[in-house]
Amino acid sequence: MAMLEVKNLGISFGGLRAVDEFNIQIEEGQLYGLIGPNGAGKTTIFNLLTGVYKPTDGSIHLDGNDITRKRTIDINRAGVARTFQNIRLFKELTVAENVKVGLHNHLHYNTFEGIFRLPKYYKIEKQMTKEALELLKVFELDADMDTLAENLPYGKQRKLEIARALATKPKLLLLDEPAAGMNPNETIELMKTIQFVREHFKMTILLIEHDMKLVSGICEELTVLNFGKVLAQGKTTDVLNNPEVIKAYLGE
Amino acid sequence: MKKFKLSKTLKSSLLTYGLVIFAYVLMQILISGGHVSSLMQGLLVPLCVYAILAVSLNLTVGILGELSLGHAGFMCVGAFASAFFSKCVQDSIENSFIRFTLAIMIGALAAGAAGIIIGIPVLRLKGDYLAIVTLAFGEIIKNLVNILYVGKDESGFHISFKSSLDLNMSPNGVQIIKGAQGITGTPNDSTFTIGIVLLLITLFIVLNLIHSRDGRAIMAIRDNVIAAESVGINITKYKLMAFSVSAALAGVAGVLYAHNISTLTALPKNFGYNMSILILVFVVLGGIGNIRGSIISAVVLTLLPELLRGLNNYRMLIYAVVLIVMMLFNWAPACIGWREKIFGGLRKKKNTKEAA
Amino acid sequence: MSFITYLINGISLGSVYALIALGYTMVYGIAKMLNFAHGDVIMIGAFTTYSLCSTMGLPPVVGVAASVIVCTVLGILIEKIAYKPLRKASSPLAVLITAIGVSYLLQNLALLMFGANAKSFTSVVSVAPLTLAGGQIKISGETIVTILSCIFIMILLMLFINKTKAGQGMLAVAEDKGAAQLMGINVNATISLTFAIGSALAAIAGVLLCSAYPSLTPYTGSMPGIKAFVAAVFGGIGSIPGAFIGGILLGIIEILGKAYISSQMADAIVFGVLIVVLLVKPTGLLGKNIQEKV
Repeated sequence: MAMLEVKNLGISFGGLRAVDEFNIQIEEGQLYGLIGPNGAGKTTIFNLLTGVYKPTDGSIHLDGNDITRKRTIDINRAGVARTFQNIRLFKELTVAENVKVGLHNHLHYNTFEGIFRLPKYYKIEKQMTKEALELLKVFELDADMDTLAENLPYGKQRKLEIARALATKPKLLLLDEPAAGMNPNETIELMKTIQFVREHFKMTILLIEHDMKLVSGICEELTVLNFGKVLAQGKTTDVLNNPEVIKAYLGE
Repeated sequence: MKKFKLSKTLKSSLLTYGLVIFAYVLMQILISGGHVSSLMQGLLVPLCVYAILAVSLNLTVGILGELSLGHAGFMCVGAFASAFFSKCVQDSIENSFIRFTLAIMIGALAAGAAGIIIGIPVLRLKGDYLAIVTLAFGEIIKNLVNILYVGKDESGFHISFKSSLDLNMSPNGVQIIKGAQGITGTPNDSTFTIGIVLLLITLFIVLNLIHSRDGRAIMAIRDNVIAAESVGINITKYKLMAFSVSAALAGVAGVLYAHNISTLTALPKNFGYNMSILILVFVVLGGIGNIRGSIISAVVLTLLPELLRGLNNYRMLIYAVVLIVMMLFNWAPACIGWREKIFGGLRKKKNTKEAA
Repeated sequence: MSFITYLINGISLGSVYALIALGYTMVYGIAKMLNFAHGDVIMIGAFTTYSLCSTMGLPPVVGVAASVIVCTVLGILIEKIAYKPLRKASSPLAVLITAIGVSYLLQNLALLMFGANAKSFTSVVSVAPLTLAGGQIKISGETIVTILSCIFIMILLMLFINKTKAGQGMLAVAEDKGAAQLMGINVNATISLTFAIGSALAAIAGVLLCSAYPSLTPYTGSMPGIKAFVAAVFGGIGSIPGAFIGGILLGIIEILGKAYISSQMADAIVFGVLIVVLLVKPTGLLGKNIQEKV
């Protein structure tokens, strides 16, 4: 069974058909790329997959479970986590706290135990700190754990978003242009991190990217989107040599 | 590293509690030495009321990040619910400690319930809309209380929203809430000591809530709703939690207020939106999100004009000017840049000194 | 017959709300802020006319003109000093709280200058009351003047916005500040103009309000100000016809509520309307829907 199976997904805003007849199938452990020119509807697809927008047609199945039109928080609990193109961190919380918010649904104590500082509070908080630190180490952010998120340099903010998403223990990770705004060195480093995440956490990843080099370097399969429709789909090398794709990217 | 961090928030919390206890002890010493005028002594309970209100509003404004302009409404609910209770049981529960403890719980529960009822529809709105609707609710509460008549006779309670005559009570019936005349003869159970204890309890609840799993979720919503949702935080639940706890604590302040005066009426100046705005002034001047600052500014802004009697006429004017100047100083991008230049320069100097 | 009298009184009160609501809605449309001090500008306008006409005995025309000038200048100054520096502030609450501060400032300045006691305002209207249906319906001169002025101003304002360059500039700035600037529109001047017009309307509303309800205190403006904001939200904030319709409807609701339900509950009814509208249709009657981009 595929990890993510999307059938005939579509959404209209007013009269505009932003996404139409979108199909995708991602197997467990795959690193899959979603590319396309600006305004092709890539982020809209992420918003549909995570319940920010409700699709007008089609279905979304995660690991066999129907998550179509579910609430964002339920989709996250079902196992989909994401990052954002324009970084959305909890700016006034520390790096460690950002990750702990991600752990929110996995490590529990109730309000009463929290306010009255019962033993469970200390036990769980300790566990949370330990898990947060482990995740932060993967992204070399452990030294910054007490820094406010807004004070991190740009590259580290992107990494923290990935760490926060992973803290929710997803089955599927959606990365929205993780390399946007990074210099070539940072991009190469990020590629390594993504590959490490994939192997270390046995993660299935769907990646939106602009940068062809990054995509061709790490994704084994691609979907190319243009004007809300699938232009090409399949093995990376085949897709990149597809004349339709070249035309869409380079023009006539 | 972690231990250091924990002790940092703990240190900050302890400093806040310490400050309150220190102020209390200092005041007691001054009172026993006869250095405190009766006018000043009369201000002690209101000071606790204001401090509790400021801390509780800061939970909504600073931690949840929503502007509420109806906080006095929750105080009003707490005040009337508890005063009503105290009046009813004045003869049956003679121990004032037990009676007042129960009154506090009832005031907090009533205000908290009002917080939930109002919060469910209101918290769906954003920013300016939320502010104006909380204001509207505050005014509605005040309005309703002003036309509420409740009496009691041998057949039970009678309620009317028209007049005391409409209560249709038997001749031996007693009126408890008399519309615009409010409630008279509430037992004066509030003392400075109880006020300080309630303030400490308020601080305990708010500070521990902030530094817990729930508090983090609330602040995550404040910082970025969409991201909070994407990591599975239930927005409605945590917004409602912060809002209702904040309302319940405002209710506690109302209980303290109601049991400190002989006649409780809902006037624009005590439960109207002017009061809500006064509390907001405390919060803003103490620093949005800064709990200790709220207490300090509530105390300073209440005491200062009393100490400088000559300035009393200018008190509100000064508040207004200070509020505007503080907002510009803290939030205007130009001022922030200008401050960073000065303080950044200082910091750089310090660093080079250390290096040398 | 009394129903018709109430209805007309409601339209008259609603006209005042509409004039104030226009100021709110224009400022909200352009500066994206809730000018909490707008209601207090009304009070300043009324006090100006009071000082000149009731105290010094000058003719009403002079009083009204002076009031418009004072409020216009005041509106521009408030924007320049208190709001403009916060236009790019990171928190939207900053400018709202500052506006509350300005509201406080105006109230307390008036309190120091004129005291807390209610002043009795001499009506600026000298039109004779109208009697209809054989004496069963009586319409006061103030009511007639208020309704007519409101309609006249509304038409003038629509013409200004749709037919003049400055008016079109206001629409452009409301739509997109950055794009308007690129098209060569002076954004700062346009915002000042908006505050100027809004405040001038507030001055007129203040004089009309106090002519009909002659008791004037430093707090006179605050409640009508808030209700007018309710009217603006009711009609759909940012929409000029919306403010007009919202104002009139709210005035009618308030007067009818006072007459048929409970005079003490009138304010609660008005606020109840606001809450219901915001919950059922958060954008108001004629408002536009804006969704945050993810």
